[in-house]
Amino acid sequence: MSEYVFLYRGGETGRSPERIQQSMQKWMAWFKELGQNGHIKDQGQPLERTGKVVKGHQKTVTDGPFAEVKDIVGGHTLIEARDLEQAVELSKGCPILEVEGGVEVRPVMKLNM
Amino acid sequence: MTEPSEHLFRHEAGRIVSALTRIFGVHNLALAEDVVQDAFCRALEVWKFRGVPESPAAWLMTTAKNRALDVLRRERTARTFAPELGRWIESEWTLAPRVEELFAAPAIRDDLLRMMFSCCHPRLREEAQVALILNILCGFSVDEVGNAFVSSHAAIEKRISRAKKELAASKKLFDVTAAAEFSARLPAVQRALYLLFNEGYHGASTESAVRGELCQEAMRLATLLLEHPLGATPATHALAALMCLDAARLPARVDAAGHLNSLLEQDRSQWDQELVVKGLRLLDLSATGSALTEYHVEAAIASIHARALSVEDTDWENIVSLYDTLMAIRPSPVIALNRAIAIGERSGPQYGLGAIRAITNPERLARYPFYFAALGKFELESAKYEDAREHFMAALALARNPMERHFLEQRISACEL
Repeated sequence: MSEYVFLYRGGETGRSPERIQQSMQKWMAWFKELGQNGHIKDQGQPLERTGKVVKGHQKTVTDGPFAEVKDIVGGHTLIEARDLEQAVELSKGCPILEVEGGVEVRPVMKLNM
Repeated sequence: MTEPSEHLFRHEAGRIVSALTRIFGVHNLALAEDVVQDAFCRALEVWKFRGVPESPAAWLMTTAKNRALDVLRRERTARTFAPELGRWIESEWTLAPRVEELFAAPAIRDDLLRMMFSCCHPRLREEAQVALILNILCGFSVDEVGNAFVSSHAAIEKRISRAKKELAASKKLFDVTAAAEFSARLPAVQRALYLLFNEGYHGASTESAVRGELCQEAMRLATLLLEHPLGATPATHALAALMCLDAARLPARVDAAGHLNSLLEQDRSQWDQELVVKGLRLLDLSATGSALTEYHVEAAIASIHARALSVEDTDWENIVSLYDTLMAIRPSPVIALNRAIAIGERSGPQYGLGAIRAITNPERLARYPFYFAALGKFELESAKYEDAREHFMAALALARNPMERHFLEQRISACEL
């Protein structure tokens, strides 16, 4: 088994209360299924859409957001999967894809070569 | 992990927008809606990772309240808020406790009523009032309202945004503590809830889930009205009774296959007995005072159907006389048609046909499929298959959705025999 990080980008703006609720129920069902199949190492955290960016020798601090809304990372999850192919397959069930968002699937680097 | 109750977000949207509008002022309705949207998106983000909290409704309310405080602090000099805030807003010491007070449970119940009455402003047309209630109090998006009314997004958006402009221009929300004004506006509110219910019951939407929801929303708001001492009039009881008794038939009205069944052919064992009992109890409670409203009469008719074990067992004599009363109180071509159908059931198809032909302004029924369906039914019962077929064909041409079309096609094939 290898570890992968799912980064959730974009999605979810200006939706009706009923759609928000449906979306939430889909997310919960998705996480539940991943968990039951032993794929969740750490469900992760939601992230605020804004913050600060600190850069360079000068340690310049600027305000976010740092990217276009559709590219901002809104949360992450640590996943366990056989290989990248399976991790990608798992990400296809993510409800964020129904609301024009995306999942970035990134393998965690292995320490032992 | 708990599951949020059905329509939690929609219902809370109505409560929170009502509360926020009281705090921000009705001219800042859009701001209130933004705050709710914001709070809900936050809930979605947090809950999907950490699960639904113990009391989700309270979580949403608190999140919205904190957002509201941020907005008030940030914009206290740039915007004018509601007079209720008055000078409380000027100091941090007074602002937070005052907002806390305005978010207390009894205050919020009144906020909902205040918004309901505000939506029924006399300057708004009835369909605008209903759309506004659905949008603001029931948390339906413009698309969802459009879906319920089988109307285009553009048309509904225009209707709602115009209505909101009117509302904002009214400067202040309706004062539910002024007894005389409350009683004066109450009939308009009852009427709007009645129309909302009817849209669900008889409306053109093909999705039975949508229709059921409209009925449930109307019943929820009627219950709210009944909880207020000034709102719990005999007419409101009658209205609530009517809703329960009609809604009791919903499970049989559209069967498992999604086919429409007329009252006469419904499987009565599927009627919701709990709602029947509740409706009959409300009808008893409505029988006080001297005012006889159309709701009383319609509920009485529904109660006769609810009590009848079969079509043959139905007291049609009594139903016809109740329709006579209804024609006297609130005459309309559709009521005249229903009266004619009851006459046909009581005395035979020829009398039914006679009563339909005697309707004074039938041109107002010219686009109503069930006018022709009723003619077809009585012709069919008189064994005039060719005439019946023609009427059903005319009805079919006017059918508003596949459910109605299927219903009429079945009748047409019955004429082939």
